[in-house]
Amino acid sequence: MRLAGLRSALAGPFDLVVGHGEAVAISGASGSGKSLFLRMVADLDPNEGEAWLDGRPRAGMRAPDWRARVIYCAAESGWWDSGVGAHFPPGQRVAAAALAGRLGLTADLLTTEVARLSSGERQRLALIRALVRAPAALLLDEPTGALDPAGVARVEALLAERLRAGLVLVLATHDPGQPARLGARQRVMHAGKLEPA
Amino acid sequence: MTPILLTPRDLAISALLLVLDAALSLALRLGLHRQLGIAAARMVIQLLVVGVILRRVFAAASPALTLAVVMLMAAIAAREVAARPEQRLGRFGNLAVAGSAVAGAACLTAVFALTTAIRPMPWYDPRYAVPLAGIILGNVLNAASLALDALLGSVVRERAAVEAQLALGASFGTAMARLARQAIRRGMLPMINQMSAAGLVTLPGIMTGQILAGLEPMEAVKYQILLMFLLAGGGALASVVAVLLTVRLLTDARQRLRLDRLHPR
Repeated sequence: MRLAGLRSALAGPFDLVVGHGEAVAISGASGSGKSLFLRMVADLDPNEGEAWLDGRPRAGMRAPDWRARVIYCAAESGWWDSGVGAHFPPGQRVAAAALAGRLGLTADLLTTEVARLSSGERQRLALIRALVRAPAALLLDEPTGALDPAGVARVEALLAERLRAGLVLVLATHDPGQPARLGARQRVMHAGKLEPA
Repeated sequence: MTPILLTPRDLAISALLLVLDAALSLALRLGLHRQLGIAAARMVIQLLVVGVILRRVFAAASPALTLAVVMLMAAIAAREVAARPEQRLGRFGNLAVAGSAVAGAACLTAVFALTTAIRPMPWYDPRYAVPLAGIILGNVLNAASLALDALLGSVVRERAAVEAQLALGASFGTAMARLARQAIRRGMLPMINQMSAAGLVTLPGIMTGQILAGLEPMEAVKYQILLMFLLAGGGALASVVAVLLTVRLLTDARQRLRLDRLHPR
C-alpha cells in the first residue's frame, strides 16, 4: 500500500509505503492525529492526495470496494444491531468462531447481545469482524487498549500470523513494546505529521 | 338539508363563554385572562382574514392565483418542518429537504385526488383545491417533520454504528438503511394511529364539519374515508422523500458519512 500526499485541513501531508507482510506502528500523544490519519487512509474523512493498493489507485475504485480491501477498526467499535451474530455475514460465522477461540473468546459470545459484551470482548470481536472479511490491509486504532496482557499476546500472535500471510498492517498504539513484538516499523505522529521514531 | 347559517349575534352569544373563562381566571387568580383575550382576538382576526382571502380566491377562480395560495401554504409548512429538528443540514439543507418533501407530496396527492376522485369542474377549482391542499399539507407537515427529526437525531447518536459498516466496505445506502427505515416508520405512525382510531375515539374534524354543514352522514363518511387515504398517501410520500433526500445530503461522492454538514441549532 502506498500513500502520497494524503492530507486534509487537519492533518498531513502523509507519504508512506507499507508492503505485504509489513507493519507500521504509529505512536504519539492523544489528539496528535493518529485516528485522523487512519480514517483518511480508509477514505472515511474528506482528504486529498492519492493512495494505491497493489498498484491500483484508490480514486479508480468505488469507495466501499476500497474500504472492504483496506479495513479500518476504530478504537471504539460501533455495532449496528443488538445481536452480535448480525455483524458477521452468514458464510463467515464458522471462521469467526474459530478466530474467537484463538483470541480467548467462547463461541457463545457470537450469539449473545452486544450490550452484554465487556469492552475487551467488543474490541476482539471487532477485530474478528474485520479479519473474516479477508482485507488486504488493516488499519487498527489502539487494537489492544482494552485487553489484559494474555489477551494482548493472543491478538499479537494472530496479527503476526496474518502478516506472514501477506497482510498490510498499520496500527496506532500507545503500548511501547507492541511495535517490536510485531516487528513493525515505528513512526511518531506529532501535530498532524508523521515523523521517524 | 341546508346548513343553519350563523349570524354575528350567534357568535356574540358563544363569545360569552370566553367572558366566563376570563371571569374564572380572575376569580381563581390563574393570570390567564390577558393571554386568553389576545389568543381569542388573534383567532377571530386570522380566521376572518382567511375567510376574506378565500372568498376573493374562490370568486377569481384563476389557476395562477390558486397555485400562488397553495404555494404560500406549502412554503409556510416547509418552514415549520425545517425548523423543528435539533440538527441543521448546512445553511439551507433542512429547508430544501422540507420544501421538496412537503410541496412535492402535498401537490402530488392533491392533484391526484382532484383529477381522479373528487373531479370538480375545472379540476383546479379553488373551492376544492385550496381546502384540500390545506388539510393534506397539515398532515404531510407532521409526517415529514417527525421523519426528518428522527433521522437527524439517530444519525448523530449512531454515528459509530454507521461508520463501522462503512469501514467494513458497506455502501452508504446499506449502512443507513436501518436508520432510514426507522425514520420513515416514525413519520407514518401517526397516520396509522389516526386511521385506526377514526370514528371510535374521535369523530374526524372534516366529517363533523360536513355533518354540521348539512351533508348526509354517509356522504360525509365517504369524504372522510377519501381524505384518510389521501393523508396516508401524502404522509408516506413526504416521509420517504424527506428521508431519502436527507440521506443523500449526508454523504458525498466517496460514500462517507458527512456529519460535518450538520450543525446543532
